[in-house]
Amino acid sequence: MHELGITRNVVAIVSEAARGRRVSRVTLEVGKLAGVMPDAIAFCFDTVAKGTPIEGAHLEIREIEGRCRCRTCGLEFSTPALFTPCPCGSQNLERLSGEELNIKSMQLEEAA
Amino acid sequence: MCATCGCSSGAKATIVNLETGRVSMIAHDERDHHHHDHERVHADGTRHSHDHSHAHDEHVHSHEHEHEHEHEHEHEHEHEHEHEHEHEHVHAGGTRHSHAHGHAHGHDHAHDQASHQADHGGASIVDLEARVLAKNDALAGRNRAWFAGREILALNLVSSPGSGKTTLLERTIRDLKSELGLFVVEGDQATSNDGDRIRAAGAPCVQVNTGTGCHLEADMIARGLAELKPVFGSVVLIENVGNLVCPALFDLGERAKVAILSVTEGEDKPLKYPHMFRAAQVILLNKIDLLPHLDFDVEKVIANARVVNPDAIVFRVSARSGEGLQDWYGWIRNEVAAARANAV
Repeated sequence: MHELGITRNVVAIVSEAARGRRVSRVTLEVGKLAGVMPDAIAFCFDTVAKGTPIEGAHLEIREIEGRCRCRTCGLEFSTPALFTPCPCGSQNLERLSGEELNIKSMQLEEAA
Repeated sequence: MCATCGCSSGAKATIVNLETGRVSMIAHDERDHHHHDHERVHADGTRHSHDHSHAHDEHVHSHEHEHEHEHEHEHEHEHEHEHEHEHEHVHAGGTRHSHAHGHAHGHDHAHDQASHQADHGGASIVDLEARVLAKNDALAGRNRAWFAGREILALNLVSSPGSGKTTLLERTIRDLKSELGLFVVEGDQATSNDGDRIRAAGAPCVQVNTGTGCHLEADMIARGLAELKPVFGSVVLIENVGNLVCPALFDLGERAKVAILSVTEGEDKPLKYPHMFRAAQVILLNKIDLLPHLDFDVEKVIANARVVNPDAIVFRVSARSGEGLQDWYGWIRNEVAAARANAV
């Protein structure tokens, strides 16, 4: 249940970047293999955002598919699990995506 | 960093120096204070970014970025005055706003334009591209440099509760303390029971109680080290909170994670907790003295571990009987030598 803590980090980082301006939308990128449940982040978000410039903001979570490149045969393929081997049998893989845990952007409300 | 793990919300993490009995708090308030401090510095000298880079976390780093960008933005503005009059006029409509993107986008002109359009729609999108765990990672990087500067080998021991971490540590301390300087950071939600056992075994130890927190974080290690004061060229063994989930995400600045898995657990544990077993460089298969009484399939668990982590080094050990421990000690000695050789 580290999602609550992760959500706190998200709110802290965005609040700081917003510097007092109201935030209407926060966009996260969460890799499907990041070990983090988007639903759990969404569940915590409203509560954690309460009393911050992000209160009431819409949370958008973009899930990112896991992809690897095989260092043996060079194939690029999608990996539904963290340790999906290459169809060629190799497990010597370079992770291309799927472990993101990033705050992509925030949308600010017009102040004036 | 403030409460990275939600489970520690409201929890008061404490550090007990078991040598002196001194207790210090890692209260959230205090951590928040850090932030306020930074903010204040920022408010006082907004343009000043270097001061912060010494500070504690990526928090600051992202700030720094923004300020730098802000700078650039101002410069860019002047440039734009020269080159893009038209553009500048549009700006006049929502001047304040353009500042907002300024920090955000820095150099990406195409992006900037898109944002400007959004601007006129009454809102602006600020690109942050911030890693959520950046603060912890930045602090872990500081710990790592701290260790390297002192040629210290730091190991992060992770496992489920009851895998025999503390017993293994006690045994390791008794067997190696004559040849290596050993120091322990003991993490538990509550009690100093494990810390007391470690001390009795003969290693200086600080106990970090995470309250309701389910893992150690880099800032706790930094505080723990300040109390523990491990000597040059020593080994710092960090016993993480018994948990195979959260500790995988939080770098502490260690040289390697060592996962301990006992043969009384399931053979499929590496598959169930792939993040942890993948993050570990070494897997200690503990309690092998019990194998005659169990149906546990050693080859199967090792195969499962290799599925998740083909490069993992697996040692079969019994902290109770001592079987296999020489392999583990041999690995530690090699790593100690590597930590000394690779030091800055």
